Amino acid sequence: MPVQQRLTPHLARLEAEAIGNLREGAAAFRQPVLLYSIGKDSSVLLHLALKAFFPGKPPFPLLHIDTTWKFKEMIRFRDGIAERLGLEMLVHTNQEGLVRGINPIASGSALHTQVMKTEALRQALDKYGFDAAFGGARRDEEKSRAKERIFSFRGPGHAWDPRAQRPELWSLFNTRIHQGESMRIFPLSNWTEYDVWDYIAAQDIPVVPLYFAALRPVVRRSGTWIMVDDNRLPLEQGETPETRMVRFRTLGCYPLSGAVESAATTLPDIIAEMRAARSSEREGRLIDNDTDASMERKKREGYF
Amino acid sequence: MSAQRDLLRFITCGSVDDGKSTLIGRLLYECGLIFEDTLAALSRDSRRHGTTGGEIDFALLLDGLEAERQQGITIDVAYRYFATPRRSFIVADTPGHEQYTRNMATGASTASLAIILVDATKGLLPQSQRHSIICSLLGIRHLVLAINKMDLVGFDAARFSTIAAEYGTFAESLGFQDITAIPISARQGDNITSLSSNMPWYRGPYLLAHLEAVDVSADDAAKPFRFPVQWVNRPDARFRGFAGTVASGRIAAGDTILLAGTGMQSGVARIVTADGDLPEAVAGQAVTLTLTDEIDVARGDMLVAPSARPETTDQFAADILWMGNEPMLPGRDYLLRIGHAWTAARVTSLRHRLEVTTREHQAARLLEMNDIGLCHLTSQKPLSFDPYAENRATGAFILVDRFTHETVAAGMIRHGLRRATNIHRAAFSVDKTVRSARYDQRPILLWFTGLSGSGKSTIANLVEEALFAAGRHCYSLDGDNLRHGLCRDLGFTPADRVENIRRAGEVAKLFLDAGLIVLGSFISPFRAERQMLRELVGAGEFLEIHVDAPIETCIARDPKGLYVKAKAGLIPNFTGISSPYEAPEQPDIHLKTGECSAEQCAEQVLQVLRGKGIAC
Repeated sequence: MPVQQRLTPHLARLEAEAIGNLREGAAAFRQPVLLYSIGKDSSVLLHLALKAFFPGKPPFPLLHIDTTWKFKEMIRFRDGIAERLGLEMLVHTNQEGLVRGINPIASGSALHTQVMKTEALRQALDKYGFDAAFGGARRDEEKSRAKERIFSFRGPGHAWDPRAQRPELWSLFNTRIHQGESMRIFPLSNWTEYDVWDYIAAQDIPVVPLYFAALRPVVRRSGTWIMVDDNRLPLEQGETPETRMVRFRTLGCYPLSGAVESAATTLPDIIAEMRAARSSEREGRLIDNDTDASMERKKREGYF
Repeated sequence: MSAQRDLLRFITCGSVDDGKSTLIGRLLYECGLIFEDTLAALSRDSRRHGTTGGEIDFALLLDGLEAERQQGITIDVAYRYFATPRRSFIVADTPGHEQYTRNMATGASTASLAIILVDATKGLLPQSQRHSIICSLLGIRHLVLAINKMDLVGFDAARFSTIAAEYGTFAESLGFQDITAIPISARQGDNITSLSSNMPWYRGPYLLAHLEAVDVSADDAAKPFRFPVQWVNRPDARFRGFAGTVASGRIAAGDTILLAGTGMQSGVARIVTADGDLPEAVAGQAVTLTLTDEIDVARGDMLVAPSARPETTDQFAADILWMGNEPMLPGRDYLLRIGHAWTAARVTSLRHRLEVTTREHQAARLLEMNDIGLCHLTSQKPLSFDPYAENRATGAFILVDRFTHETVAAGMIRHGLRRATNIHRAAFSVDKTVRSARYDQRPILLWFTGLSGSGKSTIANLVEEALFAAGRHCYSLDGDNLRHGLCRDLGFTPADRVENIRRAGEVAKLFLDAGLIVLGSFISPFRAERQMLRELVGAGEFLEIHVDAPIETCIARDPKGLYVKAKAGLIPNFTGISSPYEAPEQPDIHLKTGECSAEQCAEQVLQVLRGKGIAC
């Protein structure tokens, strides 16, 4: 039975919409790029891109912004994917930030995100001259994202002006931009976290093993479990890593990604656990809770 | 979870403070979609910005932008997602403020059902009527009239029936297939996810039950086949496929298709997807078609069923919802997107403006932001479309400003005005080439633009004298002179200025066709119209000459005494004083008349003409 028939009408509709958005971005822009963050949403986005341009390959490279603090397993997964699919994977790190010694532990999450993610992304987009960037962000993630367009216009300097967004009617996207301006495109805008996992299960899409529960070395901090992924995480007085059965709902820089205790080792386990969950997926992200409107501010500065 | 679970997209609309966001917050909460950490953040926000006196203010859940929370109003569309075992839902929470009506239309364009909220304590307001009309115009056929805040009117059945009846009368001619009135209290949860014991007199469904059950299938699959080509997929020399989403109808391998507009015919060889070839594809599916013949198909073209062709024409009538900050001016060129095709287009006439509360058709010269009007448009290339009422996917378009790239309008086509295939320009054997050969000259339009008093006519006159003396055949068009005759009916509003330039351009084009060198002296303050001229006559026959003098110099010269009057407020819309002049960014010739004499400037123009072999 073709895979297509395993999708519910709801998922089939989301898939077709996302494929349409990917094709639109590729057709309307001079030099698009797919921002690949290694997480589950990126995995879905990449899978859809492979489908959208079949039997050809996606007519754009992938770009990963590497803060140098990602989980080791993420980097292994990233390199494996690029090689297996034969796609160009650009990796960019803010070298200036590295020289300044910016890191998530001593610098704090806000400054680290600003320099190693937001600024790094702007650097990479400018360096390669990309005029459109696909991202896996979804509107159900966060309330300022809920207001964002599928084709989200960025002025000079990649700034987002939430009060001057282009009205987005039907699927007639206004893809016109001037030199120096760009577009962020979010094909998964209308997907929920449930949809993403249901789709991963239906299509057998490979994801980083960190999403599945396993015994991992962790320490308890700020009410969550932080994984000791390497020896750069300074242990506080009296703190000893313990081995616990944990998994991650979202992935980012390891010192900023909280794990949950879980026994979910398969996709059906994960989906069942999510349906029973009483907190949103971004809870495990330490960077969103800094201030009241922290996501909106980060986005105005050019963050994804 | 049912394997057949489908999706309902709906919008909520109503006036400010009718409780739209509260209603959606309530739906999400009752459906278990608000997580504990979100709830904790919400109660923190409620204490800081809320208007419910310490109670959880659901509106804050949706008003995601800082400015919205500070001002307590919804500015932009927010999309929210929830599901029950029977259906998935995408809700667009749309703003009530009039200035954000364009965002409401955005939400309505993809919705198949609308919830119109009415505050039971206030009754029907003009804004709710406006929203109903926009919903109707954008093709929404299913409506819920949610009469909210019933708790504040003592759950009074009579109040509910009065408003419902009043709305029924109002909406009679709006073409809704069904209108379901439900009395609710979004704040307290009455009749939202269960029937309320406070209103035993109400016998209809509660809101969520209705949303789960209502049949909104538009049956796009039963309409004629339409396939706007989005992307030509050519990974190698052996494969050439046309990727896109089936807009309506169905297509099977072996079917015959036409390329709309040209009538070229071919057959579908394969329906390609990454999951294998399909025997058939229906509306909504994203596929790649390969054809049996090597016909020339590009992004923007449309493949259609031969038995039911769309209309193809370059002139059509459409309802326009204006969204731009600048008003819509008939005659001005905009970029038009329909399907995946882009072309230049302009409104040739504004038939009427719709007064949305009384629904009167009013005469108007222009459309301001949030205005709705019936327009006649003409496009540079012929478009293939279906009337919007028959097919939302192929009858909708947007207009985009050529310079700012702002999305300025949503358009819904009613019908074509005539078939492009029937328009034939009369062809004469004595044409431009023959005539200009007789005169031994190259026709060209020299367009002098600049402020009043900058020296346009003076310089044009000197240039014409020199050309005439050299045996050239010329003609001068002057703004003032045209306004005595051809343009006598026009004033100086932006709309009239646009029309004035359009007429001058058409006259100039005829003179060029007659083989003449044409000199036009017009203030022509707007970039858009000068660009329009360039395209009208062709870039090879157009020279934009900026006659540039500082405004102070023009005021000091004031040859016609106009600046004195304008500064006294006696002349409205005077360029440079009370109306803008958009200087050319890259004129073909730039004359600085504050620094050089008129003779020197004329010589500068003649030099360029000599360089082009136009003057001796």
